[in-house]
Amino acid sequence: MATTYFTSDHEWLRVEGGIATVGITDYAQEQLGDLVFVELPETGKKLTKGDTAVVVESVKAASDVYAPVDGEITEANGTLSSDPSLVNSAATGAGWLWKMKLADESQLAGLMDEAAYKAHIG
Amino acid sequence: MTGDTKHLPLEDIHMAAGARFGAFAGWSMPLTYPAGVMKEHLHTRERAGLFDISHMKLFEVSGPEAVALLNRACPLDAGALEISQSKLSFFLNEAGGILDDLIVTRLGDIRFMVVANAGNAVADEKHLRALAADFDAKVEPLDRVFLAIQGPEAWAALSRAGIETGSLLFMHGVEPRKNWFMSRSGYTGEDGFEIGLPEADARDLVAKLLDDERVLWIGLAARDSLRLEAGLCLHGQDITPETDPASAALMWAIPKDIRASGAFIGADALRAAVERGPAQKRVGLKPEGRQPVRGGAALFDADGKPAGHVTSGGFGPSAGHPVAMGYVAAPLAKPGTRVFADVRGTKIPVDISSLPFTPHRYRKG
Repeated sequence: MATTYFTSDHEWLRVEGGIATVGITDYAQEQLGDLVFVELPETGKKLTKGDTAVVVESVKAASDVYAPVDGEITEANGTLSSDPSLVNSAATGAGWLWKMKLADESQLAGLMDEAAYKAHIG
Repeated sequence: MTGDTKHLPLEDIHMAAGARFGAFAGWSMPLTYPAGVMKEHLHTRERAGLFDISHMKLFEVSGPEAVALLNRACPLDAGALEISQSKLSFFLNEAGGILDDLIVTRLGDIRFMVVANAGNAVADEKHLRALAADFDAKVEPLDRVFLAIQGPEAWAALSRAGIETGSLLFMHGVEPRKNWFMSRSGYTGEDGFEIGLPEADARDLVAKLLDDERVLWIGLAARDSLRLEAGLCLHGQDITPETDPASAALMWAIPKDIRASGAFIGADALRAAVERGPAQKRVGLKPEGRQPVRGGAALFDADGKPAGHVTSGGFGPSAGHPVAMGYVAAPLAKPGTRVFADVRGTKIPVDISSLPFTPHRYRKG
């Protein structure tokens, strides 16, 4: 059974079997506007919480997406190379950004559930 | 910033339209509307986009020596302008650097309209007033809402709203009603109009225009991508007090005889700069692939030596690829030359490109 977590930086993580699928929330994609490019990470890259994992570029600006927890990239969403707008149209589904193997599952305890995130964005 | 942020007179209309606001040049401006930057941009090229550009400032310059004042302030032959003719010009500093770019329109024998950029409006007024002290001319800042309507159906939408534009050609301006100024000009590369008018008239016109399905509000984000595709400069980014018209590739805006013998501020420095030849030149830049290259990125030549920098960059929704402009060392300023932009440590190949990226579609006659 997958559990979904949220961060105050407007990312979501769906965790199943020690692997987190990470993306940005619908709220975040709305704030960014139409995306035209996603700079994806390489598989095998080790990240510490707070490192820049992905850069998403809108018509106007580039924004960093940070690793919400420690871990190692196991897969990047290659579909976004040809269709970055998936992040706008399906932020919490087909527009996921990367998958990572969690280094320390206890870090998840510091994240928000959906109700808390909804309260966070008001 | 929040304390003295200026607000548009029509802000309530933008709020009702669902605009997302952001700060620009001291103003709270609509950045995007619910359609989003991509659709707003494409809609302007295909139909008609309505922009609130009331952050820009209109000045009326008039008096027996208005021509002489403008010829001193700008590298311009104001007396050679026909009535209703507009011209792009500049305020230069003594070093030939660009303090602002402006559109000057001749309204009558001794009356002109000057349209200045938002970020420079206060400094421009001070500059022009100080110069006016030596001439029998006065400078009057006008309290107007300023709207732009741009795109192939702009004229038809205005016509439906009761404003006929038929004989007005690109870079000409008239006063169709009391306290109105309307020019066929813009910042998108499309046919279009800019209209300065009193707030009450503006509310009426906006309501009529928005009642037309061809017309959509367009925010500052799309205004920027439209002007960048059209190869038009943003003062403060692509042209600054540190760049002169020669390096900015804007000498076409200065008449030949004025270049040779004009007595405008900065004339000596500009002549010397032209004589020397600019060390760097403004060019279009087309990044390879999909990744945008932004303003501030450093450029390198094939040997890895510094070659210049990017001043504006983003994605061109109509071009379908990233677009940018910047300055490169003069010997590299030829279309097709390849340089490399440093983007977060990666070198992105960038080709010098001719401007504009999307063809201008002005109504010239």
